[in-house]
Amino acid sequence: MTKLKLLLTVILLVGVGPCIAADLIDSFRTAPGMTFDAERGAAFWRQEVKADDGNARSCQTCHGTDLTKNGKHARTGKPIEPMAHSANAERYTDLKKVNKWFTRNCKWTIGRECSDQEKGDVLAYLLSL
Amino acid sequence: MKGKVVRGFMLAILTALPLGSAFAEIALSDLAGWLNPKRMKGVAPVTNERYEEECSACHFPYQPGLLPARSWNKLLNNTALADHFGENAELEPAVLADLLKYAVDNSADNSIYKRSRKIMASTPDNETPIRITEVRYIKRKHSEIPAALITGNPKVRSLSNCAACHTKAAEGVFDDDTVYIKGHGPWD
Repeated sequence: MTKLKLLLTVILLVGVGPCIAADLIDSFRTAPGMTFDAERGAAFWRQEVKADDGNARSCQTCHGTDLTKNGKHARTGKPIEPMAHSANAERYTDLKKVNKWFTRNCKWTIGRECSDQEKGDVLAYLLSL
Repeated sequence: MKGKVVRGFMLAILTALPLGSAFAEIALSDLAGWLNPKRMKGVAPVTNERYEEECSACHFPYQPGLLPARSWNKLLNNTALADHFGENAELEPAVLADLLKYAVDNSADNSIYKRSRKIMASTPDNETPIRITEVRYIKRKHSEIPAALITGNPKVRSLSNCAACHTKAAEGVFDDDTVYIKGHGPWD
C-alpha cells in the first residue's frame, strides 16, 4: 500500500512540475469566470503609452521585439534575459518575482498598476511563446 | 622615527580638536584607520546576496561603502524607488527593509575602507549625495577624463557605469592600474 502511495506521489509530482507556470497564472484569476487570452495579452504588450518625458514607452522598449532573444535596459544597456517561456524555462516559476516586475514595469511603462486581467493576459501571451 | 610618527599624530589630533568636532571626528577616525591593521584598501565588497541580486538587476551593484548612511536612507524607500533616477525600482517592504539595513550598516560612514574614508572626508555634513558620481571625491578622481571616453563612448555611456572601465569594481578595487576603458585601453 505504501509503495503504491509513493508511486502515485511521484507520478503526481512529475505531472505537476511543468505546470508550475500554469499554477502561477491562476494566481491572477481573481474574479469568477475570468479567462485569459494570449492575443489580448500580445496587444497589451505592444501598446505604446506616452510618458511624462514625451517619449513613447511599451514593453518592447526594453524587452525588444523578438522575445526569444535578450532584451536591453533602455537606460543602462544591461542585457535582459529572453521573456519567451520556451527560451527561458526559469521564468514564471516564482510568483514574488513576477509580482515585483509587474508592479515596477506596469507603473513605468503605462503609468499605473496592471489589473489582474491584464497580468493574466500578458502571462498567457508570454507562456505561449 | 617611531617617536616622530607618534609626535606627528599627537600634533595632528591637538590641532584638529580646536578646528571643530566634525574635522576632529574625521581625523580621529582616520587615525583609528591608519593604526588599524585591518584597514582595507578600496571599498568593502558586497557580501549580501540579496543586495547583490536586487541591486544588479539593472546596473552595477554599487557597494554601500560608496555613500554615507543618510544617502542610503534617502534612496532606499519605496517612495524614492518609485522614481529611481527615472525608473521604478520598488521592492517588497520586507525585502527593502533588509537591504536598507545592510546598506546603512556598511555605508561609507561606518566603514574603515580607504575609499569610504575619503568619500566621507570629501562630503560636508550638510550634503546628502544621491548620485555616487556627484560625490566630491569621485568627481575629483574622474575630472581629467575626456568626455569622449565616457559619455561619448558607446561602450561606456555614463560615469555611473563603473564596471565598464574599472575591471575589478565588483571586488571593490578601483585603482588606476586596474582601469581598462572599453574601446580605448588602459588608463595608465
